Amino acid sequence: MNTLQLAARNLVRNRRRTLTTLLAMIVGVVAVLIFGGYDRNIRLGLETDFVRGSGHLQIQHRDYFLFGSGNPAAYGIRDYAQLMQKLQADPQLAPLLQVVTPVLDLGGIAGNFASGVSRTVYGRGVDVAGQNRLKQWNDYRMVGLPQRSVALTGTAPNAAVVGTGVARVLQLCGPLQVKDCPQPLPVREQGSTMPADLAALPVASPAANVGRVQIELLAARASGAPNVASLQVVKAEQQGVKALDDISVQLHLTQAQQLVYGQGAPQVSAIVLQLRHSRDMSAARARLAQLLQGGSQPLVVQDFATLNPQYGQITGMFAAILGFVAVLIGAIVLFTVGNTMSMAVVERTVEIGTLRALGLRQAGIRRLFVSEGLLLGVSGALLGSLLALGLAWLINHSGLTWLPPGNSERIPLLVRVAGEYGMLLATAVGLIVLSVLSAWWPARRAARLDIVEALRHA
Amino acid sequence: MSAIEVIDLSRHYRLGSVDVPALRGVSLSIAANAFTVLSGPSGSGKSTLLNLLGGLDRPDSGHVVVAGQRLDTLDDNHLSDFRARHIGFVFQHFNLLPVLTARENVEYPLLLAGVAAVERRRRAAELLDAVGLADRAANLPGQLSGGQRQRVAIARALALRPALVLADEPTANLDSHTGAAIIALMRDMQRQYQTCFVFSSHDAQLLAAADHAVLLRDGQLQAPAAVKEAA
Ligand SMILES: Nc1ncnc2c1ncn2[C@@H]1O[C@H](COP(=O)(O)OP(=O)(O)OP(=O)(O)O)[C@@H](O)[C@H]1O
Ligand SMILES: [Mg+2]
Repeated sequence: MNTLQLAARNLVRNRRRTLTTLLAMIVGVVAVLIFGGYDRNIRLGLETDFVRGSGHLQIQHRDYFLFGSGNPAAYGIRDYAQLMQKLQADPQLAPLLQVVTPVLDLGGIAGNFASGVSRTVYGRGVDVAGQNRLKQWNDYRMVGLPQRSVALTGTAPNAAVVGTGVARVLQLCGPLQVKDCPQPLPVREQGSTMPADLAALPVASPAANVGRVQIELLAARASGAPNVASLQVVKAEQQGVKALDDISVQLHLTQAQQLVYGQGAPQVSAIVLQLRHSRDMSAARARLAQLLQGGSQPLVVQDFATLNPQYGQITGMFAAILGFVAVLIGAIVLFTVGNTMSMAVVERTVEIGTLRALGLRQAGIRRLFVSEGLLLGVSGALLGSLLALGLAWLINHSGLTWLPPGNSERIPLLVRVAGEYGMLLATAVGLIVLSVLSAWWPARRAARLDIVEALRHA
Repeated sequence: MSAIEVIDLSRHYRLGSVDVPALRGVSLSIAANAFTVLSGPSGSGKSTLLNLLGGLDRPDSGHVVVAGQRLDTLDDNHLSDFRARHIGFVFQHFNLLPVLTARENVEYPLLLAGVAAVERRRRAAELLDAVGLADRAANLPGQLSGGQRQRVAIARALALRPALVLADEPTANLDSHTGAAIIALMRDMQRQYQTCFVFSSHDAQLLAAADHAVLLRDGQLQAPAAVKEAA
């Protein structure tokens, strides 16, 4: 018959009140864990999404991130192939790397001269094999994230994929089979936007162009006059963010390099590095800093969170909500347990007097009530965690989906509770600490009761 | 030989601005190994005196010596330990711990004193047998009658063979028949365990059974207490 056993029996004695208190704790734990699991899944889902798109780290010209969008070609990385080789051969870095692939961004104007329309675009030249390998990354075993290869796979060297917004403006909806693409009202502009000879060409009907959609891409060069390439659009792809959807043109890296650098030595805007595991980011960064030091070009390393500010914004928002929920629930637990223990002290005043008369020290009385708080906390944490695991399983098997920001396809709504030992432990420890704390004050009051008064208590 | 020395003991209560003298300069000694009854009209200070003898309360002046120990020199922890070791209590309302069985209630003082589990069990069984409740050892207090509860309480009070057992109106909550049985049991146990028993009571049955009587009135001794060594 130790203090814990005695505490347990006292809790069982007032079954209804104990159960009510436990219920409040369980609901709190479940709320924190389910929301925490949801937050966790979104965080990892976003990370997976961004890491598949732009890698963990990118090596760029020092000023590219801030000034590059004005004239991407001016901030290229020279001798990038050698640099990539050097990274992949480094005995420290190589084991951490999963994919190393270059990209070249360019600004330009895309025109569908057949329809007499054009617009400014932002082009990205990619290495298809590298991009496809980027898409394989699934360190967090996310389910339901689309994992197919990029649309440029297996296409001709002059192929391009455009955003649906680009397709719409260039009046390519028909041949590219873009849905939700109404015909715009005719716009009469002052003067011709096109050279007279081009505008005079007979406008081909869109249907006639199915399977062979051609646009001209006029790109700013690193230096000198702009260059033009004729591209074959193989697909219009939804980009998730409208701003991107309206300007995106993806093309093969060599084609992009020809456009920007012509016969000169080809460069790239960034070297995309994807690691096997996100946890190696700081190690990889540190090694990269050593490797890049003293090179002839001013290069820096950016991580995916910097490259994709939405990541920080979205996860920050969720962290704030989760924090708020946790604080709220913590306060409720504090008051519930405190109230339960205070009532127990009042009800058991005579018992406290008796125990003291029998020779139990003040500390013994305190220990008894704190133990009851501890037991409540432990049972609440245990039952709450179990219930949250069960509920998470149900949610994960219920087929709910959600649309992540910046994505074009819905993915399963999942909550990550199972296996999240850190979160489970933190929640349990937090609850136990709170309930012990809230039992502390009533316990202290009980210990300080005047013995004679306590024994006289009706 | 006396188990208790009371020297010029005073205890006042304050009710608002009114000073209520519950004990006024009481001095007496109480024989060891005897059955002493504290009597007097309601409000005469019996409970107040017993609480001071048991180290549950502290006097305004004077002091108490129990088994050679001045209680006023002990701090709260040492006083608690002293109670655990040397003083047994029997209450009017029995005051058994409701979540513990009869056996566990008897074991509790032994647990506080750090007696090993096997020995605790053995002594509790022996005591329950002595108070005639061997077959009720596994019952919770709620499953026992008032008389049975008071028997368990007596067993509990004697568990550590204390120098002193204090009982404030132990029969007040029992019918006269059961009360008489409890008195007989206590008398019996007092002889068997060679302990000093001090009671407060209005009960004539108890008065008749006592070796000594101490009479209180208005917080003062009414007649010099007879002090005699029991045989
Ligand atoms: N906590 C208290 N506060 C104020 N006055 C008290 C308190 N306890 C006792 N008294 C007063 O002290 C005096 C002695 O009380 P005490 O309880 O010792 O009497 P008693 O002899 O035990 O009476 P009874 O036979 O009714 O139990 C009474 O006048 C009582 O009103
Ligand atoms: Mg009284």
